[in-house]
Amino acid sequence: MALNLFKSKETRAMIDRYSLIELIGIYLGIFLFLFFMLAPFIEGFLVSLKPLSQLFSTPYSFWPENGSFSAYVTMWESVPRFGRYIFNSLLISIVSTIIVLILVVPAAYAFARFQFKGMALVLGAFLAVSMFSGAVLLIPLFRLMRTLGLLNTYYAMIIPGAAFLIPAAIWLLRTYMMRIPIELNEAAYMDGASQFYTFRRVILPIARPGIMVVAIMTFIGAYAQQFIFALTFNSKTEFMPLPVGLFAYFGKQEVIWNELMAASFVGIAPAMVIIFFLQRYLVSGLTAGAVKQ
Amino acid sequence: MTQTRAAWIFAWALLAPAILYILVIVAWPLFETFRLSFTDASLRRTTNYVGWDNYTKIFDKDFLEIIMRTFTWTFFSVLLKMTIGTFGAVLLNCAVPGRHVFRLLTMPPWIVPMAIGIFMWGWMYNGQFGMISGLMQRLGLSDGPVAFLAYGNTAYWSTIVTDVWIGVPMVTIYFLAAIQSIPRDLYEAAWTDGASRWMRFRRITLPLMGPAIITMSMLSLIATFNSFDIIWILTQGGPSGSTTTMIIDTYSTAIGSKKYGEGAARAVVICIFLSLFCVAYFRVTRKLASSDKA
Repeated sequence: MALNLFKSKETRAMIDRYSLIELIGIYLGIFLFLFFMLAPFIEGFLVSLKPLSQLFSTPYSFWPENGSFSAYVTMWESVPRFGRYIFNSLLISIVSTIIVLILVVPAAYAFARFQFKGMALVLGAFLAVSMFSGAVLLIPLFRLMRTLGLLNTYYAMIIPGAAFLIPAAIWLLRTYMMRIPIELNEAAYMDGASQFYTFRRVILPIARPGIMVVAIMTFIGAYAQQFIFALTFNSKTEFMPLPVGLFAYFGKQEVIWNELMAASFVGIAPAMVIIFFLQRYLVSGLTAGAVKQ
Repeated sequence: MTQTRAAWIFAWALLAPAILYILVIVAWPLFETFRLSFTDASLRRTTNYVGWDNYTKIFDKDFLEIIMRTFTWTFFSVLLKMTIGTFGAVLLNCAVPGRHVFRLLTMPPWIVPMAIGIFMWGWMYNGQFGMISGLMQRLGLSDGPVAFLAYGNTAYWSTIVTDVWIGVPMVTIYFLAAIQSIPRDLYEAAWTDGASRWMRFRRITLPLMGPAIITMSMLSLIATFNSFDIIWILTQGGPSGSTTTMIIDTYSTAIGSKKYGEGAARAVVICIFLSLFCVAYFRVTRKLASSDKA
């Protein structure tokens, strides 16, 4: 199942001809839909251009007057650690992704290739994990981190976070690996290759695109969802990831909204660059396993 | 025999690291939550078993209200996600110029760190200076500023809207994939028979999307039930508890007031609901899979 949502070249048959009214209706609907999806970003961007005096004035004005990018400069001065927050976010996401891949690649292969007793149950248990949010397990995890002396370190955010990224990654990669023909394993066996050699030299190279998709999805998940563990298990500003670090713009008196929005856009940039370059993988990744083979 | 035995060892060896990780980080804490719910654990050094005390303590009128609120909040959110997701998927499936770009443009809410999207909504909901209140006054829908997060009723719906906003992209893309896997011959046959566009949607698209809608609403139900970031950043459960869902309630009891025992009891109640959803999910997906083969 190669789903190529962005490059489909369906022939525009008669059935796809729309009357003018239908066309207007469709575009109007799409406009409404996308407006809902993008309004916060549009407003956020305009806010980042407005001077504070305009932001805190009534009546509300949509367009910036004397708008400038100065907030994008001053944000680095008001919160000097901002660069550090982005670095922390990236570091946490990258390390989480590596941990997840190390655990998931062998496990997904096992689930895809072998059907021993008990494995279906284990797979079900893995999927069930994704249904329990971190919030439910917060108390014991907090005590566990405290006992291990990991509170206020990167590990306190990486280790629990990675666990909740595992189920989706296993599911995705298993689906991908099930599509690798079993004949490859049989041929390798005939040639006297060991199980490990087959996995390492035959399967892994073929599965590389699938592993790539899982890596991207996991990275995005890790980047987007750093909140609850970072909020609860870490109080050191130097280790804070972006979502928690942004609270630094909530000053004592008032929130510096234009800088907060500017900082948000700078913080979003890495994720946006990734979507832009890897959108094709992303969509196939999101839909693999979702649609039946 | 030795071959299968070697394969057996190899398969479980591949699984072992992941199983071990989940045991330590998820299974054991889950067990601990149950154990702690029968203790008076707090910041104090000593911890005593108190039997069912925590449970009798938490089950009062307020808690039942929180449970009800969690369910209605989740219900409306999932309903809106499914409706808007279906609407979006059908529109984005239309063969109109620019559709590839439109599909791409639905993704940002899902891909951007949640907290950032939530901050933006927080500003839009601002009564004095926010966009929604500002536009409503401009259009004459409201006489004065509307501080959405300051009143129970509006705060409740504001948090739902933000939750829907974050959930819709994934639902839309998933539904879009489901629509695109519907065989084209069906549409062509219906078209030849003179079925209108609406008829084709009503009689082909919607029924064949059924399994995807059911699967997604179950998954969405579980994710929404667990929703924490949105409410916590926007209202922290306020004003006066009107957006306090079970997750928020558990968090503020356990982490805010440091009542670990009582918090654990509240978490156990959540776990019970989640397990029920989980069982329902597996049942339904299995049923869908088997009816598919038949």
